[in-house]
Amino acid sequence: MTTDTASSHVKTHGRYIGAGLPRPDAWRLLHGRGRYTDDIKLARTAHVVFVRSPYAHAGISAINVTKAASSAGVIRVVTGKEVAALCQPWVGVLTHLKGLKSAAQYPLAMERARWQGEPVVAVAAESRAQAEDAAQLIDIDWEPLTAVTSPDTALDSRSPVIHPDLGDNLAYQREVDTGGVDEVFAGAHKVVEATFRTSRHTPVTLEPRSILADYNPAERQLTVYQSTQVPYMMQWILAKHFGLKEINVRVIAPDVGGGFGTKIHIYGDEMTAVALSMMLGRPVKFVSDRLESFVTDFHARGHLVKARMAVSVTGDIVGIEMDDLYGIGPYSGYPRGSANEAKQVLNLVGGPYKNRVYRGRTRVVFENKNMYGQYRAVGHPVACAVTEGLVDLAASAIGMDPAEFRYRNYINAEAYPYTLVTGPVFEKLSQHQAHEKLLDLMNYSALRLEQEELRRQGIYRGIGLAAFVEMSNPSSATYGQGGASIASQDGCTMKLTATGGITCAVSINEIGQGATAVVLQIAASAVGVSTENIKIVIGDTDVTPYGGGNWGSRGTGIGGEAVLQAGKALRQNILTFVALLTETEASVLSIRDNSVIETLTGKELMTLEEVARTAYFRSDKVPRDFSPELVVTRHFAQKTYDGICTNGIQGCYLEVDIETGFVRLLKHWVIDDCGTIINPLLVDEQIRGGVVQGIGGALFEECIYSSEGQLMNGSLIDYLVPMACEMPDIEVGHVSTPTATSELGAKGAGEAGTAGAPAAVMNAINDALKPFGVCVTEQPFTPERILRALGKV
Amino acid sequence: MPFGGVVKASAFSYAKPSSLSELFDLMEMYGDRAKLLAGGQSLIAALNMRLASPTVLLDINGITELSGIEVKGDVVRIGALTRHRSLEQSAEIKKHLPLVHKAMPFVAHAAIRTRGTFGGSVAFADAAAELPACCVVLDANIELASRKGRRIVSARNFFKGLYETDLQPDEVLISAEFPKLRVGYRSAFLELARRHGDYAVVGVAVHGKFQDDMFSDISMVFFGVADRPVHAVNAGRALESARLSPSTINTLRSAVSLDLETYGDIYHTAETKLHLAKVLAGRAVSIMALGRET
Ligand SMILES: Cc1cc2nc3c(=O)[nH]c(=O)nc-3n(C[C@H](O)[C@H](O)[C@H](O)COP(=O)(O)OP(=O)(O)OC[C@H]3O[C@@H](n4cnc5c(N)ncnc54)[C@H](O)[C@@H]3O)c2cc1C
Repeated sequence: MTTDTASSHVKTHGRYIGAGLPRPDAWRLLHGRGRYTDDIKLARTAHVVFVRSPYAHAGISAINVTKAASSAGVIRVVTGKEVAALCQPWVGVLTHLKGLKSAAQYPLAMERARWQGEPVVAVAAESRAQAEDAAQLIDIDWEPLTAVTSPDTALDSRSPVIHPDLGDNLAYQREVDTGGVDEVFAGAHKVVEATFRTSRHTPVTLEPRSILADYNPAERQLTVYQSTQVPYMMQWILAKHFGLKEINVRVIAPDVGGGFGTKIHIYGDEMTAVALSMMLGRPVKFVSDRLESFVTDFHARGHLVKARMAVSVTGDIVGIEMDDLYGIGPYSGYPRGSANEAKQVLNLVGGPYKNRVYRGRTRVVFENKNMYGQYRAVGHPVACAVTEGLVDLAASAIGMDPAEFRYRNYINAEAYPYTLVTGPVFEKLSQHQAHEKLLDLMNYSALRLEQEELRRQGIYRGIGLAAFVEMSNPSSATYGQGGASIASQDGCTMKLTATGGITCAVSINEIGQGATAVVLQIAASAVGVSTENIKIVIGDTDVTPYGGGNWGSRGTGIGGEAVLQAGKALRQNILTFVALLTETEASVLSIRDNSVIETLTGKELMTLEEVARTAYFRSDKVPRDFSPELVVTRHFAQKTYDGICTNGIQGCYLEVDIETGFVRLLKHWVIDDCGTIINPLLVDEQIRGGVVQGIGGALFEECIYSSEGQLMNGSLIDYLVPMACEMPDIEVGHVSTPTATSELGAKGAGEAGTAGAPAAVMNAINDALKPFGVCVTEQPFTPERILRALGKV
Repeated sequence: MPFGGVVKASAFSYAKPSSLSELFDLMEMYGDRAKLLAGGQSLIAALNMRLASPTVLLDINGITELSGIEVKGDVVRIGALTRHRSLEQSAEIKKHLPLVHKAMPFVAHAAIRTRGTFGGSVAFADAAAELPACCVVLDANIELASRKGRRIVSARNFFKGLYETDLQPDEVLISAEFPKLRVGYRSAFLELARRHGDYAVVGVAVHGKFQDDMFSDISMVFFGVADRPVHAVNAGRALESARLSPSTINTLRSAVSLDLETYGDIYHTAETKLHLAKVLAGRAVSIMALGRET
């Protein structure tokens, strides 16, 4: 399978592949007919509300639930022990991240609470309001303990150890050293260094985490409706921890209002809702409210990285060294661990550049703060900010234009597949092309002139570039090989219906990103039918083939390929059948516009409706020794590399008000290479959304904790998510280098925007500040931080 | 701030009086267990987060006499129930109170302005809100009423602290009266917010005379800097009979330092706020002098 077959396939059958069609679900959602978990009403549903720890670290000496238990409408009040009796605890480690450690975590805190917001008591009542009334009547005797709230001191001997059994607060550590680092730094023409800080973020999905658990004791059958990215992972976890047979656990993901990684983790409150349903034998609903989302949805991205880069006199990067430290929650997340950011930062500092002298260390420490883990573009924005920040410093140190500096340092186009010094292999990047295209798109040289001119008038504008790499289409190396039952493959079942329609059941999920549109377009192209005749079925473990769901920019690349192969197989089966009926060869037939035709003449032989009718109702016309198979299933896993690396480059143009420190974004550009594009509208939407999230990190978002471990800005009033008014126009262009690991050739596109945007913004701010000889490296770049750098406050 | 498990207000009852006297009856009956409901843009959030748990909400939206903008003689009267959006779009406000007109787009977002009311903003007295600052800088008179009768309080004495005003528990805010713009007077309104529609990090409202290239009778009010809008008296004095020049701006900045004892917030230290206030002061008077729209 090569790039050529992918594109020739696209040419032959590709009416829909590459077409910018509107998403099929948009109309329904705009009609207000979305059906999210909270919209599902089952008779006798109980509503749960949680009492959470107000302390980051505290002993629980007594819990008095008497008053709450007799409050109006209350069905049951449970504490940790009762839930633990039904639900096995979990430990968030993966065997292939050697040394990653964590302690057993229970759904509800028992003797000790370890972060502000950890659930402690659950109240189930007839209504949410009644549960809230009762929750206020619960008395807990707390014994506040010293909290670990700074990664910088978490490993000090004076710091309390969060889990004494683990010995210390170090969850994970990894180092790489290619050798030769000290030598190149000692002999380098210039060495630049900086300390980069990125802040803890929370993803803020529009729809909060929601679950409706419905346990039927008569069949020991658990049906869970959940706002999740990963129905099959949930099925495995629920069966395992509640001691149920996997076939008796059904997970349904209705409409999901955003995921970003939030909804691939296990949460104690959700597990408690399931436990309550089992205890009560009735449906139990938990919908997280916005305030508890802030203190429970997994955080991410709070790194401190000291890094330096050595350059030669001609402008070649000759060495990079970096030391990364970040604090996770009091436990490593389950079942994916909280060390993937460490892996990605360590692997990807160095970006698309050909330097091969590298020393890096990453350390992950426990903190008494909210749980922490995978969030859109895991670790990439951190690695990219470090790399691209150093690149700009280095270019500046030798007086070279930052664009030119990048171009000369990219991995040579002939060097692919290219093995990184840290291990991963880049199948094929198109960095030089993307770079040239970006400079064209942004009119780079004219922009530089404008910047010069305005500077003379006291207007300080900056131009920032950020080349990025982005891992997608992960193999089983990410989780399966580490012992977690999280599928890296996906499947698609396609069926010709009785009137010639197609149903297409697929294991990837719709979380608002447009997966159904992608599946629809691939299926239509693969079979040769129009999209109106296809129905997509998604998000139900009783119905769809087995697969991984949505994470790691894998939906289109992995799930899409399964759809393509299933569609081709169904098409082949239909043609074989029709060839038999019409006494010709399948090879001279095609399907076009819902009919089987003779390829050469275009003559219609049978409509698909006739094909189906014959197969299903007129078996008398079917030869005795032949059975038409008009349902097919195909699976696909990417097995060649750990992941397929995508690449691109972003540009940012902004203005810094040097008296107030306020930044105004003027324009943002992205060139992205995600291989074969199925729907350009969706890809551009993904890139733009990703850029906005990246800009959020660069300018606004930060979970601010007090030294006692209290989240100080845990509401949408105080935690600043990026909003439309402040966003610049974002122009997106593409280079297409299909992956040769699949026929479709698609790579991920969901995380690229987020990966590169913070670095582009940072570099643009520092470019604007260049006349003052100062620079900022601590995200978000608030007015105050910029004023401080300028020495104004 | 609670952190979860609170999205539903605790149970309350609701009444919608159609006249002030009916309202006063209800207020008497419920005392401090009642809360007045105007646009609900601040109150409902507080109820849902259970920061307030009144027994009864007295919805004043049925009391028509509380609504409307009226120009009479030298004054403009704004009724408490006037929506932000009406102020924003009023030709009379634009003509006679251009400062208020300039301030309105900074108040939250369009959807919130459609519900939120003038009286709600003034009574709620958020220290970073725009309208209280407008009232103080334009020296408005605030009309309050209770069963016992009506009284007028100068806006300059009305704001007492963080969410604290001179409004007594048995009183309703009825309206505010602003002097109309006089000949030779100008104003400027500037605000820094991290995102459009957020409460101000720092804002300034300036009003006064600028004639023959000279400032006089200048009032300057800062918001978002302390527990209430701050009337910068020294700043006004520093500008008296001054012309626009770098040295005037320098003097002004020093005066602002004397006027303000800034508070920090979660993202800005008190020092940063003072710095920003000084920058805005200089920009605001430059805009006034140059007659540029803001
Ligand atoms: C997302 C968001 C952003 C916002 N941003 C801003 C902003 O940038 N600037 C800004 O100024 N405001 C902002 N607001 C607040 C908004 O302007 C509110 O409308 C205003 O603060 C309150 O007005 P209301 O009519 O909604 O009052 P309500 O919420 O109904 O009441 C607020 C309080 O005032 C009392 N009250 C109301 N009317 C009277 C009266 N006539 N007499 C006595 N007491 C009364 C109520 O009892 C209550 O205690 C924002 C609100 C939101 C939700």
